[in-house]
Amino acid sequence: MESVVFIFSLIDCCALIFLSVYFIITLSDLECDYINARSCCSKLNKWVVPEVIGHAVVTVLMLISLHWFIFLLNLPIATWNIYRFIMVPSGNMGVFDPTEIHNRGQLKSHMKEAMIKLGFHLLCFFMYLYSIRQQSIS
Amino acid sequence: MSAPAGLPPRPAGAVAAYPGGPGGSREAAAPQGAAPRCQNGPVQSQMQFPSGYGSHPPNYSAPSGHYSQVPSKAVSSHLDNQYRASYQSPYYSAPAQNVMTPPVGTNVLNTRESQQFYNSSTPPHTVGLTEGPAQGAIPSGSYVYTSAQQSYSAFGDHYNTSVSSSVASQGFPLNSDHYAMPVVSSAMYPNVSYPPAATSSMYGQAFTSQSLPAAGQFKETNTFSSQSTSVPHSLQQHVPVGYNSTLSTISSAQSFQDNLSKSLTGSVAKVNNQVNRGGIDSSQPVHSVSQNVQLTKPGFGAPASSALISSVRTPAPGLSSQPRSSPSITQSPDSALQEALDSSSTTSSASPVLNNYDALEGGGYPETRSVTNSPVPTPPAPQTSKTSKPFGYGYPALQPAYQNTSPPTPVQATNPSHHPGFQHYPQQYPGVNQLSSSLGGLSLQHSQQPEGLRPINLTQDRNILPVSSVPAPVPNLNSDLRKLNCSPDSFRCTLTNIPQTQALLNKAKLPLGLLLHPFRDLTQLPVITSSTIVRCRSCRTYINPFVSFIDQRRWKCNLCYRVNDVPEEFMYNPLTRSYGEPHKRPEVQNSTVEFIASSDYMLRPPQPAVYLFVLDVSHNAVDAGYLTIVCNSLLENLDKLPGDSRTRIGFITFDSTVQFYNLQEGLSQPQMLIVSDIDDIFLPTPDGLLVNLHESKELIKDLLNALPNMFTNTRETHSALGSALQAAFKLMSPTGGRISVFQTQLPSLGAGLLHSREDPNQRSSTKVVQHLGPATDFYKKLALDCSGQQTAVDLFLLSSQYSDLASLACMSKYSAGCIYYYPSFHHSHNPAQAEKLQKDLKRYLTRKIGFEAVMRIRCTKGLSIHTFHGNFFVRSTDLLSLANVNPDAGFAVQMSIEESLTDTSLACFQTALLYTSSKGERRIRVHTLCLPVVNSLADVYAGADVQAVVCLLANMAVDRSVSSSLPDARDALVNAVVDSLSAYMSTASNLQQSMLIAPNSLKLFPLYVLALLKQKAFRTGTSTRLDDRVYAMCQIKSQPLVHLMKMIHPNLYRIDKLIDESTIHVNDRVVPQPPLQKLSAEKLTREGAFLMDCGSNFYIWIGKNCDNNFIKDVLGYPNYASIPQRMTQLPEIDALPSERTRSFISWLRDNRPLSPVLQVIKDENPAKTDFFQHLIEDRTEAAFSYYEFLLHIQQQICK
Repeated sequence: MESVVFIFSLIDCCALIFLSVYFIITLSDLECDYINARSCCSKLNKWVVPEVIGHAVVTVLMLISLHWFIFLLNLPIATWNIYRFIMVPSGNMGVFDPTEIHNRGQLKSHMKEAMIKLGFHLLCFFMYLYSIRQQSIS
Repeated sequence: MSAPAGLPPRPAGAVAAYPGGPGGSREAAAPQGAAPRCQNGPVQSQMQFPSGYGSHPPNYSAPSGHYSQVPSKAVSSHLDNQYRASYQSPYYSAPAQNVMTPPVGTNVLNTRESQQFYNSSTPPHTVGLTEGPAQGAIPSGSYVYTSAQQSYSAFGDHYNTSVSSSVASQGFPLNSDHYAMPVVSSAMYPNVSYPPAATSSMYGQAFTSQSLPAAGQFKETNTFSSQSTSVPHSLQQHVPVGYNSTLSTISSAQSFQDNLSKSLTGSVAKVNNQVNRGGIDSSQPVHSVSQNVQLTKPGFGAPASSALISSVRTPAPGLSSQPRSSPSITQSPDSALQEALDSSSTTSSASPVLNNYDALEGGGYPETRSVTNSPVPTPPAPQTSKTSKPFGYGYPALQPAYQNTSPPTPVQATNPSHHPGFQHYPQQYPGVNQLSSSLGGLSLQHSQQPEGLRPINLTQDRNILPVSSVPAPVPNLNSDLRKLNCSPDSFRCTLTNIPQTQALLNKAKLPLGLLLHPFRDLTQLPVITSSTIVRCRSCRTYINPFVSFIDQRRWKCNLCYRVNDVPEEFMYNPLTRSYGEPHKRPEVQNSTVEFIASSDYMLRPPQPAVYLFVLDVSHNAVDAGYLTIVCNSLLENLDKLPGDSRTRIGFITFDSTVQFYNLQEGLSQPQMLIVSDIDDIFLPTPDGLLVNLHESKELIKDLLNALPNMFTNTRETHSALGSALQAAFKLMSPTGGRISVFQTQLPSLGAGLLHSREDPNQRSSTKVVQHLGPATDFYKKLALDCSGQQTAVDLFLLSSQYSDLASLACMSKYSAGCIYYYPSFHHSHNPAQAEKLQKDLKRYLTRKIGFEAVMRIRCTKGLSIHTFHGNFFVRSTDLLSLANVNPDAGFAVQMSIEESLTDTSLACFQTALLYTSSKGERRIRVHTLCLPVVNSLADVYAGADVQAVVCLLANMAVDRSVSSSLPDARDALVNAVVDSLSAYMSTASNLQQSMLIAPNSLKLFPLYVLALLKQKAFRTGTSTRLDDRVYAMCQIKSQPLVHLMKMIHPNLYRIDKLIDESTIHVNDRVVPQPPLQKLSAEKLTREGAFLMDCGSNFYIWIGKNCDNNFIKDVLGYPNYASIPQRMTQLPEIDALPSERTRSFISWLRDNRPLSPVLQVIKDENPAKTDFFQHLIEDRTEAAFSYYEFLLHIQQQICK
């Protein structure tokens, strides 16, 4: 049962890693002027909700399966995701707003955020992998 | 009865368009445009039409007139839009008028004299070509003003006489004409540049009378009594001379001094010649061509010439007579005008003049002082005594030569020698360290600081307002670069000395940013037609005056430092028709140029001008009665709409349904097509809704005549704005263009419906102001869609109730439109607003317009732009997408310093605005600004441009209040003052901490910030309607600096005692120049009458005990009691006070695009509160007085 949880987490984590990479690529495309802000933001906004859900599921799963350490590790980022999603002003077109993404260094902070998430998910990935190994050994 | 005859076709047509098809097949039918669910369409149209419409058939009976009008329209529009005839000329006269200030007048006098001299000696067109050095010098020396005026008069000639040679009136006659049509050029050259025109001599005479007495006055008032002392005095004015001559031999300086003294003993007119002769005598004709002052640096050829020329190319002795040999060409008359403008505005303030003198001494080399041997290092006492002379008469001895070398504003002169290092051009790359160390040392070592740094004790010094308007500080560049630099009206930086590193910028606690007004109405603009537009290969910068030519074939980009080749074509200069002088091309001689772009700059063929009007016709709108005004304005200006033969126009009206108007040519009368399916809007007919203005003019006129009466009996109160906008977008998307939306209430139906969010009880809350941001993203999305299709949406909101401008404004904000708001608009109850709408519309409809524009701002490597303010969509990192650009739009950007700028001593900024003119030409307008880089904090403060800083802060505060909260933004504003002043005070260690000291450059900073805090956008505690607040915020974001400053800090003048002293002459009119008053009730005396200029409003406040003569002569009423409550115009009374007042007011009006509404205020008038709210130095229940604010700041600093 434990191993099922971790295998699921591993797959989910892979998806999140891919998503982070996708975010980084799209944002850097915008930075390099390959795509315009409008299409960039509509692309990214589509994936904001899946990301929130994907991460929340893992976090909840860890809580249910009583892996406290991993749960606490995931909690801040999951909270941040949800907070960010909720706090979008009513007039904005999503977390990524084409009219503001070039202002006040937003692009850079989005980029930084995506990088941090990528690092975090990689960390989690190896943690899950290790846990699966542990499970299978025991 | 033609009415019945005229009517039947229309319903028939409507029915034809709506076959009354079964509603079931709607989806299928919609794409074909054959309208489905419209069984009710024809019915309604029949109901509504006959009422207003049937009465107009007589109009249809003369369709032939429509054709006859086409040619005439074509001609007039042709005139219009080449920025020549009628369109530009109104704006033209305004700046030109400013040239005529007294101090400039002396100059003008000289100009004339020298010109006569010139005319008598050489044929006019040989300037810089044959005789070059010697003779050419004389006109060139006095050139700035000459050209300003001459071209003015010449212009008139062109307009009046030779319309066909319209290129000549291209705004920049010398340059562009030559360029565009070299064949004609030589013939036109003398004509344009030096016409012995009656106008010029008239001006000259006018000033003879003025300036000569002024000179006498100078001698009297001056503390130096003898002439010999006044010579060094004037020498000091010649900063470069004094400075340079110290570098060279003393004897040469002496000879110059002799020349000067000779000249001073002679008449003022002679001075010019003398100076020139001096140059010639000392066998330096090489430089004599360029500028009188520089030519008088004898015995100093090589270094001086390299300093002079190096920006253009490396010093090549054989050519050294050339580079400046055609200054009259190089200097755009516009900038000359601009300089003249500057001088007119600043010379009138006495204190900068004095300090200029002060700073000159301090800034120069020590030897300067010994050479010039100034008797008194100007102690402050005589300064103040001279300050009492309001209008800069103090220095009539200013040589014209001087005024040419460095633009004549006193402030410009204040710190020129502060950084002698800039004399060496950066392009030479002198030992930078060595240079900067000498720079750094200078500012601190000298006991006297540059003017910008003069400490001012704010709590004690109460009169900090200048006598007339606040001048823009002038970058501390060497005179050559300064002359080439972009006009501060188009391009301003908050710090005219760019700090070298981000750390230094952070220390200064001032924001770094640019304020742009790129599409400003320019009187004269060099237009360049060239098959290759020379740009840097790596950063795509356009070639500009600040690039350096490494040799004849290569130039180095001043933004990215890449070395580029000079293309073959660029080697030929069509102006002089000479080869091998790329540095003399107009692109390299003007910092503001316009290129006619080739097809490389088009993604599609240039679009025609397309105008779509979307009009609210609900009950509320009809009640407000705006339709009549709009239709009449449109009828009046139909022929003046910018455009060409392809211009198209269309109309949509909406209430709870959307009505389209088929104006297809050939119809006997306009057809109304109603679409009631607002949830799924579609275009009822594929064509005929946007029609050619010329082909369907009669139909359009019929419609405009009929529209105001068509909906008089409507009972429809709903407004389906969102659907109408969607329809408008669909209609416009194939071409792009301009949508003008007139809305009078909260949209209540269909897409984009809004709910009232304002809580009236919260209006005067001091805590939270909510709902500053949009409620829905509908309008933002729509705007982005429009922007993508090159369509801009302009919003006219004429509402009496809350209409959620915060949401509605999005449609204009992101589509590069503009927003007009008329609170409590009613055609009869509120005539002031009605008048304002009428005037605004006139300007709106006839002003220049650029379509499918993009703007890119580039800056020197190391600087990066991180935030943009204004109405546009930022498409990629530095590309602003502007569907439309209009001359009244301003922009601001914030910058940061990413890499330290230690390798360079100059930072450059370039904006390029690519647009399609209304004539279907693709054009690029390029502005380039060049600023020095400094490495000491003191220099950063010395160069701070307080107006730009405040405008940028206002923009940032708007962002902050929307994204965070209003109190946050207010705190940030106060902190900006506190931080920067405390940072300044900590740098100047010798200051007493107990006082509140500001550098002179920032002395108005606390006042302006207080004004901002009391501005509608940011005030708390005073009842402010949410829409008013949001509108003020929109204006802050989109207004150019000049207008914004008036909004923030209005100008107050006392007008009951206008006197002839300190007047300026404008077109034979005498315009009095009353001094600026503090915005405080203490200045308002009951005996006086005051004019407040708030930018969009003029208030005239009449005191209770105001002189009855004034009331009688100016207002036309016998006494105070008989003045009516609503008075919006001054009568034309044939009395001197009335004449003066009116000429002053019309002069103020001439200087701005939107004609302000005038209101006369008596004590009981309801507008009185508006007036008193603008007295920002006074205490209100909710806000500090100025003095309290200063104490508050001091407290904060001491913490």
